[in-house]
Amino acid sequence: MLFTSYAFLGFLATLFLLYYLVPGRFQWKLLLAASYLFYFAAGPAWLLYILATTVTTYFAALRIEDMGRRQKAYIKANKDQLSKEEKKAYKDRIKSGQWRWLLACLLFNLGILAVVKYTNFAISNVNGLLRAVGSARQFGFWDIALPMGISFYTFQALGYLIDVYRGTVEAERNPGRLALFVSFFPQLIQGPISRFGDLAQSLFAEHGFDGKRFNYGLERILWGYFKKLVIADRILTGVNAIIRDTGTYRGAYVFVGMLFYALELYADFTGGIDITIGIAQSLGIGVKENFRRPYFSKSVKEYWRRWHITMGTWFTDYIFYPISVCKPMLKFSRFARAHFGECIGKRAPVYLSSFAVWLATGIWHGASWNFVVWGLGNWVILMVSQELEPLYARFHGRFRVQGSWWFKLFQVVRTVLLMSCLRTFDCYRDVPLTFRMFGTLFTEGNWHILWDGSLLGLGLSVVDYGVLLAGLALLVTVSLLQRSGSVRDRIAAKPYPVRFLVWYGLFLAVLLAGAYGIGYDASQFIYNQF
Amino acid sequence: MEELLEILKDLHPEVDFGICDSLIDDKILDSFDIVSIIAEINDRFDITVTAEKITPQNFNSARALYALIQELEDEE
Repeated sequence: MLFTSYAFLGFLATLFLLYYLVPGRFQWKLLLAASYLFYFAAGPAWLLYILATTVTTYFAALRIEDMGRRQKAYIKANKDQLSKEEKKAYKDRIKSGQWRWLLACLLFNLGILAVVKYTNFAISNVNGLLRAVGSARQFGFWDIALPMGISFYTFQALGYLIDVYRGTVEAERNPGRLALFVSFFPQLIQGPISRFGDLAQSLFAEHGFDGKRFNYGLERILWGYFKKLVIADRILTGVNAIIRDTGTYRGAYVFVGMLFYALELYADFTGGIDITIGIAQSLGIGVKENFRRPYFSKSVKEYWRRWHITMGTWFTDYIFYPISVCKPMLKFSRFARAHFGECIGKRAPVYLSSFAVWLATGIWHGASWNFVVWGLGNWVILMVSQELEPLYARFHGRFRVQGSWWFKLFQVVRTVLLMSCLRTFDCYRDVPLTFRMFGTLFTEGNWHILWDGSLLGLGLSVVDYGVLLAGLALLVTVSLLQRSGSVRDRIAAKPYPVRFLVWYGLFLAVLLAGAYGIGYDASQFIYNQF
Repeated sequence: MEELLEILKDLHPEVDFGICDSLIDDKILDSFDIVSIIAEINDRFDITVTAEKITPQNFNSARALYALIQELEDEE
C-alpha cells in the first residue's frame, strides 16, 4: 500500500475516525492492528520476518533486564558479606551473561537482514571472482523479495535492545506494545528510526481529539504530498532519462542529472518523512524530526548532522562510540602513540571507527559496490575536512570573510555540489560507469545544453519546468521562514480567509500539479528500497 | 577537576569550561572531541568510560563529566 495510493488514503481516514471513536485504552491496540494490516497488505509472508524480530527482541530484552535486577537484588541482600572484589566479580559475571543474550539477538536479527538483503550481492561477487579466475562455474541468484522496511525496523528493534542492555530504558513487558513500537506503520517504510525512550510514552498513551494538533498533522501530510507528488515524482522523469541513456546523456547532462537527483531525493525523502510525522501528529504521537534544512549546511559534517538525523545518531551511538572507546581500540591508540607519534595515535580511534560507520552506512543503504564507494567517499571527505580545519582556521584568521553572506552562500553551494557529486553513485549501474560518466563532465564540453533547449528533450515540458521552479521556490521560501520559527504557527495566526487560501491552494497544487495520470506511474519512495 | 579542565582546554581553548553547561546541546563538543576526551581521561584517571556512559547529561559540562569520573573511580 503506497503512501500515494487511494487505498492508503482510505485506510488513513478510517483509522483516524476509529482512533478517536474507540476508548483511549484501545487506541494503541488499534494502531497495532492497523500496522499489521498495513504490513500484511504489503506482503503476507513478510509478517514472519517482523514477528521474528519482535519476538526475539522481546525475550532477549526481558532476559537482560531480569539478570540485571537479580544482580542488584543479590548485591543489596549481601552487601555486608561481599567484598568489593567479590561484588565486582559478580557484576562482571552477570554483565557477561547479558552480553551473550544481546549478542545472540543482534546476530540473529542482523543475520536475517544480511541473508535477505545481501545474499545476491555476495553471489554476484563470487560469480565475478570465478569469472576472473577463468572458471565457468556460476551460482544462480536467490529469488527472494526484501521485506518492506526491514532495515528500518531491525535497527529500531536493536536500538531498543541495546538501550535495555545499557540500562537507559526499561524492557517492555507487554509484547503487544513492543510489537507496535517495532511495526508502527507510518515509519515502517522509511523511518525515522525512533528510540524507545523517545517514542514509547506518546505511542502508548491515550489521546483525546485536539483540533489544532490534528489540523497541524494534516497540514504536514499535505506538505509532504506536495513535495513527493509535485516535485519528486515530476523531476523523476528527467533523472531517469539521464541515467538510463548513458550514451546520449553525458557531460553537462550528468551535471544536470546530479542537481535533478539532489532535488528529487530531498523532496522524496523529506516529503515521506513529513507524511510520517504528520500522521503521527494527527494521532497525538510525537515522532522525532529527521531533517533540519540539510541543504543550508555549510560543511559536509554539518550536512550529516541535519540529513537523516535519526540514522546518523543511531550509527554514532551504537557503532561509532562502542568501537572508538572500546578497550582494544584505546590499546591500539596507545600503541600507535608510542610507535607512530601523538598525532596518529590520537586520530586512530576516530578515523577507524568512522571508517566502520561509513562502511556500514553505505552497505545499509544498498547491496552494491556503488553504496560502499558512496559511504567511503563521505568518510574521505569528512576526514580530509577534519585535517584541513587548522588551515581553514588560518584562512579565516587572515581573511575576515566568515560572517559575510556571500561566503556563507559559497559554503552552502559547495556542500550541495559535493553531496550531489557523491550521490551519482546512487544513480548509475555500477562504480566504473559512475566514474566514466563523472569523467565526461570534463571531456564532453557540451555546456550549451543548459540554455539551448536541449533539456526539453528529457521528457520534461516547459510546463513541467515551470511547476518544478515554482515548487523549488516554495521549498526555499518555506525553509528560509523555518529558520525563525514554525511556518504553520505563522499561518495559523493569520485570519481565516488567508489560512483557507494557503491550505486550499496547496491542496489544489497537489491535485492539479501532482505527477500522476496518463504517462506517470505512482512511484515508491526512494528510501523504501533501503 | 583542574586536570580535566586542562584536557578540555587543550581541545577547545576558546571555551570557558568552568561555566558552560551546554557543551553537547550547543554542539561545542562533537563526536570526535568526545572520543579524544575519553581516551585522555581513561589514561590520566585510570578509569574506563564505556559507550553507554556517553550521554548528553554526562558531557554537557565539565562539572557533569567530573562527577562521572568520580563515580567511575569509586566503582573501579
